[in-house]
Amino acid sequence: MQERNSTLGGLDWPTIFIYLALVFMGWMNIYAAVYSDEHNSILDFTQRYGMQLIWIILAFALALVILLIDRRVYFVFAYFFYGLALLLLISALFFGRVVNGAHSWLQIGSAGIQPAEFAKFATILALAKLVGVYNFKILQPSSILKISIIILLPAFIIILQNDTGSAMVYGALILVLYREGIPNWFMLFLVFMVFIFILVIIASNALILILLFCSTILLFAIYGDKQKEVISYALSTAIFGLVLYFTLNYLGYKISSTYIILTSMIIGIPIALVYAFFRRIRLIYFLTLFLVITTVFALSVDYGYHRILPIHQQKRINDLLGIEADPQGWGYNVNQSKIAIGSGGFWGKGFLGGTQTKFNFVPEQSTDFIFCTVGEEWGFVGSTVVLSLFVILLLRLIMIAERQREAFAKVYGYGVASIIFFHVAVNVGMTIGLFPVIGIPLPFFSYGGSSLWAFTILLFIFIKLDSSR
Amino acid sequence: MPLNITTDKKYIISSIIIFVFIVMLTKLFMLQIVEQSYKLSASNNVLRYIPQYPARGLIYDRNGDLIVCNQAAYDLMVIKNEVKAFDTTEFASILGINIDQIRASFSQIKRIKGYSPYKPSVFLKQISSKTYAVLQEKLYKFPGFDVQPRTLRTYPNKIAGHLFGYVGEVDEDMIAKNPYYQLGDYIGINGLEKSYEKEIRGKKGVKIFMVDVRSRIKGSYENGLYDTVAVVGQDITCTIDAKLQGYGEKLMANKIGSIVAIEPKTGEVLAMISSPTYDPELLVGRERTANYRTLQSDTLKPIFNRALMALYPPGSTFKIVNGLIGLQEGTVYPTTRYGCAGGYPIGRGVGCHIHPSPLSFTQAIQMSCNTYFCYVFRGIVDKPIFGSVENGFSVWKKHVESFGFGNRLNIDLPNELRGLVPSVSFYDRYFRKGGWNSLTIISLSIGQGELGTSPLQMANLSSIIANRGYYYSPHVVKEIKGKDGIDPKFTTKHITTIDSTWFNYVVEGMDMAVNGGAGGTALNAALPKIRICGKTGTAQNPHGADHSVFIAFAPKENPKIAIAVYIENAGFGGTWASPIASLMIEKYLADSISRPDLEKYIKDAVLLDRHARKK
Repeated sequence: MQERNSTLGGLDWPTIFIYLALVFMGWMNIYAAVYSDEHNSILDFTQRYGMQLIWIILAFALALVILLIDRRVYFVFAYFFYGLALLLLISALFFGRVVNGAHSWLQIGSAGIQPAEFAKFATILALAKLVGVYNFKILQPSSILKISIIILLPAFIIILQNDTGSAMVYGALILVLYREGIPNWFMLFLVFMVFIFILVIIASNALILILLFCSTILLFAIYGDKQKEVISYALSTAIFGLVLYFTLNYLGYKISSTYIILTSMIIGIPIALVYAFFRRIRLIYFLTLFLVITTVFALSVDYGYHRILPIHQQKRINDLLGIEADPQGWGYNVNQSKIAIGSGGFWGKGFLGGTQTKFNFVPEQSTDFIFCTVGEEWGFVGSTVVLSLFVILLLRLIMIAERQREAFAKVYGYGVASIIFFHVAVNVGMTIGLFPVIGIPLPFFSYGGSSLWAFTILLFIFIKLDSSR
Repeated sequence: MPLNITTDKKYIISSIIIFVFIVMLTKLFMLQIVEQSYKLSASNNVLRYIPQYPARGLIYDRNGDLIVCNQAAYDLMVIKNEVKAFDTTEFASILGINIDQIRASFSQIKRIKGYSPYKPSVFLKQISSKTYAVLQEKLYKFPGFDVQPRTLRTYPNKIAGHLFGYVGEVDEDMIAKNPYYQLGDYIGINGLEKSYEKEIRGKKGVKIFMVDVRSRIKGSYENGLYDTVAVVGQDITCTIDAKLQGYGEKLMANKIGSIVAIEPKTGEVLAMISSPTYDPELLVGRERTANYRTLQSDTLKPIFNRALMALYPPGSTFKIVNGLIGLQEGTVYPTTRYGCAGGYPIGRGVGCHIHPSPLSFTQAIQMSCNTYFCYVFRGIVDKPIFGSVENGFSVWKKHVESFGFGNRLNIDLPNELRGLVPSVSFYDRYFRKGGWNSLTIISLSIGQGELGTSPLQMANLSSIIANRGYYYSPHVVKEIKGKDGIDPKFTTKHITTIDSTWFNYVVEGMDMAVNGGAGGTALNAALPKIRICGKTGTAQNPHGADHSVFIAFAPKENPKIAIAVYIENAGFGGTWASPIASLMIEKYLADSISRPDLEKYIKDAVLLDRHARKK
């Protein structure tokens, strides 16, 4: 395949069109969300929609610049960008302006930028450069360490800035790593952990421990081919636990059933290990490890959730899981957001016809909750269109990534897709009550220069990489 | 089929994305299409229904004079969350309240049902327009406060408080009972305001506004398409003659009792006085509750409407009724004469005053002879053809009730009492079956004993005699604007069981009582130009000295006014009640008073001692 000569040739126009459509719709919705009769010109630069137009024009300029720069720059300077991003993050941590309790803004003159937004593309570039090296073995311990450092370092600083939501975005990069070699069983294990996490919040510890124990036994029963032994082992452990429970109860000791189950397990595990040692069944070692890890995980999640997690985050999760509700208090945002979207109906109330967002019932309606305006004014139809555009964009990005010859561009492409996917899923998820409230913007939609520019850079570097593949 | 692990993962990742997309679409479908409650929540959020209060209908007297009208007042509203720190001292001084009251109001509004710091709550009710004028200029200094216009009643003549009743805010019970009313609405609580509430109140309107999250009004909803205008209440012309009413209230100053005057031809109530009365302005506005409590604790019970609710024995005025029944039943004739030697001699006996003897029927009424009517009463009850005292008594009772006694006359005012006419079973219980006879209940012959009549019923009796045998239910409303005629129950003739010819003898006797010279019991009621017919009564009662009673009508032919006067504990009917009735009649028919000395004497009289010596 020959190298393309024109700097702007070979652009993936479908992606660019979707980008333009999303940015334009975002602008329209910011206008509708902040609209008031006093300021009804969409070009009123004292208002957010006026400002957003400036950000959009600057974003276009930025995109053009990115397309004009030689593609090798992004590969060669990947670590440089990464270092710069870290530097900005650290300076924001120390000199940053505090917005909503987070030290995440760097003031430059009258404008402010959020380094956390820009750190995303830099991190992905660095990750792509690291992983994209020929013959990179992702499962080697040294590789795992390097990858962890690259991803977790910016995330850690962002957590220190007290912006946990933005830090969680880096978790999305697990998809990139999955694509690059993390085995399926590990992903399944992660899904299982997420399941345990939710279960810990809604169910009692004792139940979860029993569940974990039973699933371990079940796994052995399926893969171990020793049904008789499994049954007698499970039964004897259960009988031991019950006898212990009733004995203690009879003696008048009120001991939590969690401890009784733990005791049974602690006594049962060595027996299983001894059995494994003599019969040379390696599966038992793995299953024991599985049981121990999941149990420790469950108990620490329980402790962390109830003792360490700030009360407002706890409440958000409780609200989501339907454990408690307080629509006037901490559940206000989500409740109002659902009212706004729900009242939109099938066709919506029409452009500028929304009342819930326009009259400020929904907080942060031009930034994190911008999707409410879509839902209220454009209804189910408009919401579907917007979400479909995002999905088409994501699938397109994966398709483009797959057609790359260089591992660098491919990894970068997956990185872009993962980050956008995480943002869309979490942002829309929280506005419709599928996910706890985490303050991250909807890509290309939400008001704000940093966010728009960061996503523009993120996307257009990939378009550039693709255009000259 | 062994898929290449790398292409496999591409599809897995794409599937994850599509799966999440489908989950979100499903949730959106549930929110936007399946679940309907969000639409309601959204309108609850954004729509604010501001009631538009109509002014209540005005009330005119029978001559077209305005006697109840409206004044502007303002409810001071507050939206708690918009209040900023303000100068409480200045605020309090503008409103004429003290600073503690401001604090109290703030904590009080939180207890109102449906309170929200984002919505307006009533902070201080019914500020006068004078205070509002001052406040309006300075309202900008007190963000979060605003006023809502209301109307309050005002009474130019300050008369007839009992009759009009008063207006107050609806209570929870009323709101629960009648969906028209909402918190903060006004409603007629007593009197005419209550009985004609539906007509007087008008129709509330509503303005629908859109508000933002801070309850700031952002414009009208759908350009006012769903707004409705308030409809002002219907004006009412009542039957009261304001001048007569005011005059009667002045005459009754410092006396306890009641005057009721009726136009006999129609049953229209010309005046209804209950004394002591009160200034109706006291029961208006913010001071209403406090004033009401003061009035309520007054031992003379000024808010008790004696005209409808006080039950007195009718006394000698009731001899007329017994006489008419006797004539109708043929147990006495106009020519029948009975001798009287200081009393009725049989049984326990009934005393009588000194007068010539024997007397004819008309003379007996003129001079109010007790003895005569003992004979008459026993004649009716013991009439052989009835077979027993019980049957005789029942016949008597039926006649009495045809005069409107013992039942409500259904006046268009609340709280009218039925009065009391005893029945056979009452006496069977009181004594024992067969344990009583005409002598046991002889007191009834002179209007004492187990009889209870309200002044209204007595005025109605007077009206019946004036009409020679029929009456229309007394009523106080003559015309409702925009309505054809009044309730047909007030234009239905009620005819008594007594033939009209018999009434002439009674009328004659009542004429003589006033105008007949020697022996007449109410000579001081006589007027040179107007022929008044009247009958005195002296009602013995267990609460103190006798009540002074007088019923009358005038002129004798084609009567224009029938009246009943009760003065509690003022002794003989001819002393106080008859001159008051006479002055009232003169005022109404001649519109001037020919006896200023008498008028002054009456006005100045203080008859508040319940145990004054019998005169």
